[in-house]
Amino acid sequence: MATKSIKVDYLARVEGEGALDLHIKDGQVTAAQLRIFEPPRFFEAFLRGRSYAETPDIVARICGICPIAYQMSAVHAIEQAFGVTVDGQLRALRRLIYCGEWIESHGLHVVMLHAPDFLGFHDAIQMAGDHAEIVQGGLALKKAGNELLRVLGGREIHPINVKAGGFYRLPTRAEMAPVAEDLKRARDIAVDLVRWVAKLPFPDYERDYEFVALRHPDEYPFNEGRLVSNRGIDVDISEFDDEFEERHVEHSTALHSVVKRRGPYLVGPLARYALNYELLPQSVKDLAAEIGLGPVCKNPFQSIIVRALEVLFACEEALRIIDDYDPSQPASVPFETRAGVGYGCTEAPRGICWHRYELADDGSIVSARIVPPTSQNQPSIEADLAAVASTMLNETDDRIRHRCEQSIRNYDPCISCSVHFLNLTIHRS
Amino acid sequence: MSEAKRPRLAVWKFASCDGCQLSLLDCEDELLALAGAIEIANFPEASSAISDGPYDLSLVEGSITTPHDAERIQMVREQSKFLVTIGACATAGGIQALRNFADVNEFISVVYASPHYIKTLETSTAIADHIPVDYELHGCPINKMQLVEVISAFIAGRKPAIASHSVCVECKQRGTVCVMVQGTPCLGPVTHAGCGAICPAYRRGCYGCYGPMEDPNTAALAREWQQLGKTPRDVQHAFRTYNAGAEAFLKEGQAHGN
Repeated sequence: MATKSIKVDYLARVEGEGALDLHIKDGQVTAAQLRIFEPPRFFEAFLRGRSYAETPDIVARICGICPIAYQMSAVHAIEQAFGVTVDGQLRALRRLIYCGEWIESHGLHVVMLHAPDFLGFHDAIQMAGDHAEIVQGGLALKKAGNELLRVLGGREIHPINVKAGGFYRLPTRAEMAPVAEDLKRARDIAVDLVRWVAKLPFPDYERDYEFVALRHPDEYPFNEGRLVSNRGIDVDISEFDDEFEERHVEHSTALHSVVKRRGPYLVGPLARYALNYELLPQSVKDLAAEIGLGPVCKNPFQSIIVRALEVLFACEEALRIIDDYDPSQPASVPFETRAGVGYGCTEAPRGICWHRYELADDGSIVSARIVPPTSQNQPSIEADLAAVASTMLNETDDRIRHRCEQSIRNYDPCISCSVHFLNLTIHRS
Repeated sequence: MSEAKRPRLAVWKFASCDGCQLSLLDCEDELLALAGAIEIANFPEASSAISDGPYDLSLVEGSITTPHDAERIQMVREQSKFLVTIGACATAGGIQALRNFADVNEFISVVYASPHYIKTLETSTAIADHIPVDYELHGCPINKMQLVEVISAFIAGRKPAIASHSVCVECKQRGTVCVMVQGTPCLGPVTHAGCGAICPAYRRGCYGCYGPMEDPNTAALAREWQQLGKTPRDVQHAFRTYNAGAEAFLKEGQAHGN
């Protein structure tokens, strides 16, 4: 009996700490486990008793890469509990700050973390030796996204300007103008980046995913919409528990989410794109057509193309919002606290980030639940690993290991968020 | 400088959000020059090329919260000539140090269905509580220009030029009108400078994410807060955030309830 195990002890170019175990017996993959051992930090426990007003600042600390996602889901949930509506320009500015996070996070992942895999480089710095323009462009994109976060959010990591009701202060026109100039350059870089990533060598692999994303009637989703899937889910965000279930498994400090009736599902760029393609601007659809990408992409390795397209979308959307910007309008709407329950679900760069808070009369938190994107994708990552590895069992452990690591990076996993780490162990028996 | 002589850098992660090491990748204008001046020998978040120690400079992010990490930090110290802790988690235990005021088993039961799968310590503690640390860079998150200064100073063999005064001085430098005199409670008078006094410039009070300055008068500030209508619980919460485990904030928090 041929048994074998392959192991990756610390996954590189992902945010957080994880490892991978692959068990192979008699020519078949018997188990693929993404082990997450990022130490738990217990946000949902220590939020109890804290004020709603501190909550956007505290939940930002779940993730240094996508703090806006946590801040946005939190403020929407708090506002729902208090019966507050934030619309008009303030709603648009929330989309704007989210554009900054998508550009910064996707720019980092596409150029610095993911692209080196396809070309056999260890990192972007090594890649810069042969592809200086691409790496410089990626850094310029990241910088443009970060600059938007800095101006509207106060700083790039853990922005300080987001609150329930809106913002503490709106930037002046003079502060905003250079951001628009950076974004115009970023838009051109994004177009070149889409064309470049489309030519990368992609493994011939597809899986029939259940895609889950927000869908809004008029907009490519950031902050609002119904939770939908390509297999018939179409519910209000408050009905998350009717369709999805979180499970605690021994090999992970991140809870696994599954569709109750079916199993693993996928959130993030591939899901957003497949479920909202029609809502992209014509310019983005035209570029997708030019590079030969249809309205649905089931090859997880090509998520790099979809991320690059989403960067282009975010640049255009940001420029559109800045064009209409009127700094003389109020920075926030007033409200009173009241006891209640509220839900927030927004599109983090890696997929939906779902929050539920119960609040007391005085605005303090009674209970909190946070479902980050990477924990939702973890069962789907494991299913990809089993499928990808089973097509290459006769190859060397090193090749299997590399392809498995690449399969995990397809998801841009943010393990700090999901625990919330990676080592790959392949056990052949 | 020849390849053999470039100092070797390692970046380590413990319990954290990744934001402080991301600050290094956020140095968009300096990153490639930095990679020319130092050898990035072990930085898993950025590169799959990981070479063995010893390392000349280690940057440590995150706090110690698990038995495994309490052992791992000893190994990091043994392999590092000069070790710098970066950020509030590494220098003070971070937001996750709020468990230090509670029962961690109760915390586990709130978040996890099967508590027996979880191995964690009762406290979240700063790196300096476990090993000798050569320099501490404060902030939640750290300021990336201060990080570049710390690395540049290390390469040049000099002391980093990092101010130790309060956020108040930065407000004056920035020309921001004091928010406290306008009735907004602010931790700026007791908080270590470094962020550039962002919050008051956005018309909100500083919330202390850079931790205590040297010799802060926290008791006097707490009295001012109460005169502005804040309850003892509000004051305690203000001192119990990202630097709850830093000594001056820890003591002031304890002065306003359990």
